[in-house]
Amino acid sequence: MAERPVPSVPPAPADPADRMTTAAPSPSPSPSARPPASLLDHPLRWRTALPMLLLLIALPPVALLLREEFYIGLATRVLVFALAATSLNLVLGFGGMVSFGHAAFVGLGAYAVGILMQQGVTSAWIAWPAAMAASALFALLVGAISLRTRGVYFIMITLAFAQMLYYLMVSLKTWGGDDGLALPGRSSVAAGFDLASDTRFYYVVLALCVLAFLGIQRLLNARFGHVLQALRENETRMGAIGFPAYRHQLVAFTLAGGLAGLAGALLANQSGFVSPALLQWNQSGLLLVMVILGGVGHLWGGVVGAVVFLLLEEVLSAHTLHWQFALGAVLLAVVLAAPRGLAGWRRGRSA
Amino acid sequence: MSGATAAAGAPAPLLHVDGLVKRFGGLLATDHADLRVAPGELHALIGPNGAGKTTLVHQISGALASDAGRIRFDGDDVTRWPMPRRVRRGLARSYQITSIFDRLSVRDNLALAVLARQGSSLRFWRPARAETARHAQADAVAERVGLAARLHAPAGALAHGEQRQLEVGLALATSPRLLLLDEPMAGMGPDESERMVALLQSLRGATTMLLIEHDMDAVFRLADRISVLVSGRVIAQGTPLEIRHHPEVRRAYLGDELPAMEAGA
Amino acid sequence: MTGAGVLVLEQSLNGLQFGLMLFLLAAGLTLVFGIMDMINLAHGSLYMVGAYLVATAAVASDSFWLGLAAGIAGTAVLGMLLEVAVLRRLYQRDHLSQVLGTFAILLMANEGVRMLWGSQPVALNPPAGLAGPVELLPGFLYPAYRLLIIGVGLAVAALLYVLVTRTRIGMRVRAGASNREMARAMGVDVRRLFTAVFGFGAALCALAGGLLGPLLAVQVGMGESILILAFVVIVIGGIGSIRGAFFGALLVGVVDTAGRALIPLAFDHWLGPEAAAGAGPALASILIYLLMAAVLFWKPRGLFPAHG
Repeated sequence: MAERPVPSVPPAPADPADRMTTAAPSPSPSPSARPPASLLDHPLRWRTALPMLLLLIALPPVALLLREEFYIGLATRVLVFALAATSLNLVLGFGGMVSFGHAAFVGLGAYAVGILMQQGVTSAWIAWPAAMAASALFALLVGAISLRTRGVYFIMITLAFAQMLYYLMVSLKTWGGDDGLALPGRSSVAAGFDLASDTRFYYVVLALCVLAFLGIQRLLNARFGHVLQALRENETRMGAIGFPAYRHQLVAFTLAGGLAGLAGALLANQSGFVSPALLQWNQSGLLLVMVILGGVGHLWGGVVGAVVFLLLEEVLSAHTLHWQFALGAVLLAVVLAAPRGLAGWRRGRSA
Repeated sequence: MSGATAAAGAPAPLLHVDGLVKRFGGLLATDHADLRVAPGELHALIGPNGAGKTTLVHQISGALASDAGRIRFDGDDVTRWPMPRRVRRGLARSYQITSIFDRLSVRDNLALAVLARQGSSLRFWRPARAETARHAQADAVAERVGLAARLHAPAGALAHGEQRQLEVGLALATSPRLLLLDEPMAGMGPDESERMVALLQSLRGATTMLLIEHDMDAVFRLADRISVLVSGRVIAQGTPLEIRHHPEVRRAYLGDELPAMEAGA
Repeated sequence: MTGAGVLVLEQSLNGLQFGLMLFLLAAGLTLVFGIMDMINLAHGSLYMVGAYLVATAAVASDSFWLGLAAGIAGTAVLGMLLEVAVLRRLYQRDHLSQVLGTFAILLMANEGVRMLWGSQPVALNPPAGLAGPVELLPGFLYPAYRLLIIGVGLAVAALLYVLVTRTRIGMRVRAGASNREMARAMGVDVRRLFTAVFGFGAALCALAGGLLGPLLAVQVGMGESILILAFVVIVIGGIGSIRGAFFGALLVGVVDTAGRALIPLAFDHWLGPEAAAGAGPALASILIYLLMAAVLFWKPRGLFPAHG
């Protein structure tokens, strides 16, 4: 995964005709051998990533040692939301599509697991891929219709379809309706290896999240990721050089939906409960909040955002019942002051 | 494949616009326009302001759907094709109002355009950065349009003239059979225009071009053939010499360009 | 009149009534979308706050009408304050910022209401004189209050039509919509205009909230469910178009109301009680969205998209 060295481009000899056109600030390329990083690439800096990974791996034994098992469950929840937020960032930050219905894909994945379990299917090997497939399919359908529209229409339509799913699940009494569905236990992975133990479940979630994250990182740096980001930069021009926007955006939308479904499946296992509240557009809004807190269009945006948001929630809700008011205030401040999110603000990238 | 009106022995036109019509409410913007561009030639489209050149170009490139008529390109009837499809077929366009990827470097801009005609974009694993062959092609195009020194500059930081060069470069990087150039010299000073003319000269023969321009000097220097569009209709088509002496053309321009045309004779 | 006939007529009137209230919300929303190109998720919050203010004022003054007037005025002022203080900064921003900014306001409004009034729904009673039914046709009784709502809704629709198409203010609004720079150059104070438009939209929300209060519960979160419907209305009708909002709202109102009542009955009649209990309500609840999807399929910009 280390970056391959890019052949350096020697600075071109000064062309006399260039005199006329160089009114621009920096006429000569930088003297360093490597060209500046492309906006389209998102390298994984192992120097920061590896210590973080080690910390995450060490968390359960440390927590158990300190007799604070609660943090394992919290960390699991953070990881699951990090996955959900990262999948949204794929569509929003890298694809430029303001989707306000992402919670529907998460919720659908959760329901898939819950419903299958109610029918007696508890194997994770069946239920979790099924959750991903169901969410991906729904994302494909929603995307197929929504992506033919633009701007505010797109936002409202994704919102409406997500809400449609919410109302549907509320009205289906066989699957809990408004009250939701309680899961009798966690999905089973193999005989003898059950996920009831919070620690075991945590490691499974961690492994899956790391895999998913690496997959997204590779995708962003591959041809598809470059095209997706370029579509965000200038969709019209992309059409004019031969890239149909719809096709690529639909693929991204579907993939993101599938990953969100995985997050949903894990969430259902983590809390042991699924309810239509997961599908509400408030939830979609909170996912968007996570992404903007963490940094729209930044590789770690979803992860940072989930961490910041859930920690904020923990801290604020301990102080007051009305913590959502403070959250709203913080969010408004961020929106007005740091348009690309906190991570972008810190690094000082131009919006 | 070729129109029935093609003379025996003459090569089939690369682009054949046949009776194109476009209405905007009550306004007839394109009035049964006919245009034929032969392979390898540099064909200029001129006309007074409001003649409907941009509308016609939009229809040829696929940005606007025509109400009637046909567009044939390289043997295919592309009238109903969406724009990306036409580009992949070899019909590329540069814009009058610069539309580039401001935040990306010149090389990234061009590398994207090269990618469009090259294999599948549905690749999800291998890093695009490692595609040195594609970058080399992008660099070559940059060299071609005179931006080799600015390869790593963000496109938004380029001077206006350089951005116009990149604009042409983007279209060129898709390896087009036909290059539609919509006022490439828009907003350029005399030196910059000179460079653009030199660039277009260098492309002659290898790439077929349909050039829309107001700069008559450039047009008469570059064009193999010229079509004149007035009120949505092509009123004359021929060599620069023929156009210069065409009575209807002189009438349409009402003396504005006449001195330039006379001087060039 | 036959039982089935009464049912259909009743549901149609209910649908008309609901649709007209939806129109009040959608009209304000579509104006903001069309003129300021801004997506406003806090619109439902204005509806909620309006309902709360009307309820509180009605109880305090012991008069529904005074309460309604006070609530509308209060919400209009609140709306304009909000516009000047916060929303104005979002006009030039990208849609994501607008979505999140107004979402933040929504969160604060919900919690704010909860802090001031508590989590329990607040009671709002219809005016005493209109609490009973009226006999519209022999054998067909319909609540007088709902007739009032229909009347007010139609009156407001007519007023809006006249305002937008035939008055100078309406022209200024449309001018501001199609070309802000030009309007400014011609002396229209665009900023004041936007504030006024927003305040007017807020007033319409409060009117709808106050009128619907006796029928639906006045509680936190009431804004969200109706906001979604307003969005669907605008998508179907076309952004920026009052006419589209009107027809879209009526369509959505009638389809939703009638669907919820009639589909379970139809299922029960043709498919049996199990289907009626399960699939019936399910289909009824998503009917609007299927309708929206169908409209979008043929007309991606709605039925009456405004130009410019």
